[in-house]
Amino acid sequence: MEVPPKDPDASCSADVAARAVSVIRVPPVLREDAGGAREVEASGATVRELLEDLTEQLPALGERIFDGQQIRPFVNVYVDGEDVRTLGGLDVPVRHDSTVVLLPAMAGG
Amino acid sequence: MQTYRELLRNVKAEITEVDARAAQELEGAVWVDVRRFDEWEQGHLPNAVHVPRGSLESRIEGVVPDRATPVVLYCASGERSAFGAKSLAELGYERVVSLAGGFTDWKRNGYEIVLPTTLSPEKRTRYSRHLLIPEIGEAGQLKLLDSKILLIGAGGLGSPAALYLAAAGVGRIGIIDADIVDETNLQRQIAHSLDALGTPKVDSARRAIEKLNPDVEVRTYRERLTSDNVDQILDDGWEIVVDGADNFPTRYLLNDASVWRGIPVVHGSIYRFEGQVTVFKPGDGPCYRCLFPEPPPAELAPSCAEGGVLGVLPGIVGTLQTNEALKLALGIGEPLIGRLLLVDALAAEFNEVHVKRNPACPVCGDEPTITEYVDYVEFCAR
Repeated sequence: MEVPPKDPDASCSADVAARAVSVIRVPPVLREDAGGAREVEASGATVRELLEDLTEQLPALGERIFDGQQIRPFVNVYVDGEDVRTLGGLDVPVRHDSTVVLLPAMAGG
Repeated sequence: MQTYRELLRNVKAEITEVDARAAQELEGAVWVDVRRFDEWEQGHLPNAVHVPRGSLESRIEGVVPDRATPVVLYCASGERSAFGAKSLAELGYERVVSLAGGFTDWKRNGYEIVLPTTLSPEKRTRYSRHLLIPEIGEAGQLKLLDSKILLIGAGGLGSPAALYLAAAGVGRIGIIDADIVDETNLQRQIAHSLDALGTPKVDSARRAIEKLNPDVEVRTYRERLTSDNVDQILDDGWEIVVDGADNFPTRYLLNDASVWRGIPVVHGSIYRFEGQVTVFKPGDGPCYRCLFPEPPPAELAPSCAEGGVLGVLPGIVGTLQTNEALKLALGIGEPLIGRLLLVDALAAEFNEVHVKRNPACPVCGDEPTITEYVDYVEFCAR
């Protein structure tokens, strides 16, 4: 069986970098709108692009979290552990392999 | 016949009296406190042994077997120790001195004293595993026995918190809950049991605590926390609040009231397999409104009664909250201030995100716009 040759540069070519893939974690209350997924891969160079890609994949989820161009105020968005509100908003650039967490408050006790 | 003063003067003439500095220069000396136990309990010199004057002659050989060892005796002012020194000299002790001015002068001159060991033998045994930890020890355990922690809710989160805080010897535990125990609670609310079905949760939790540790004083509030009773309840001397509420209006109300009072809140919340834990310490980090400026709409905020919860999850989250509450009470470790711990039981993952104080926060910000209680049910229903 022929094994395709390994190209060490393939995974970090300019094209792939431009379409940096990150993971978006979906909280339990939004999973119904994400087809049950706990995590969704999305690509984009900023948090906004990532969430727009997410919305394209899962329009119902997009509807839940976006109010026009803005994220609804009860959804916290963290990129690599930092609240995007403290980073200047959704247009903050993300690096390849970032983790974005969507987090609404939970009340249960 | 001589008076007491004359006797004392004659005894002092026979013995050696030294001041604190000279006493500390006696190398290898054994320091013996000859006062009564109740005086010793109020504080004593470092490294001293306690042998009350009444037992000095009978016990000294056990404490200082070698009669050539230097011995420094002290009492409150230097009188009882003078008589003790004479007595020890008669027993053959060669280098006995009495500390001039005793404990009173020692303390007045700013020398180090050791605060007393006031744990009873029973408590010493009960809390022995705490006493062995250098970060806690006797002083820490005394702090816990003197601390006052209020639990909002005696449900999933409040149950483990109540039991572990009680076991740890927290001196006073308050519990607010208006509910009664029903069968659906027993899958996770471990402070309650079958024989408590149909009884108020606060009473059931009180029984569980008292069975576990009679050192704990329990105060119960069989009511929901509201704008009408929050002042009265929080002003009952509570130093730390553990928030295990099951609804948003209570959580926002508690936040505002505790920010205004400067009381730290250990927050925990749960849903299905996931939990959140953090510490809101007013003046030292964000508040609940900095983290979540507003609650989600009702359809995205199902309670555990509506959406379910894995029974052990409140155990995990409630014990993490308890850990934070104990650290705050002891003043040790790195509290979860400005950090929101995300617990995912299904993935067995713990993640953390940063939470910053929002200078524009309506309650703890630089220019607060909310300075009195609002209608929290209405605020959360918008």
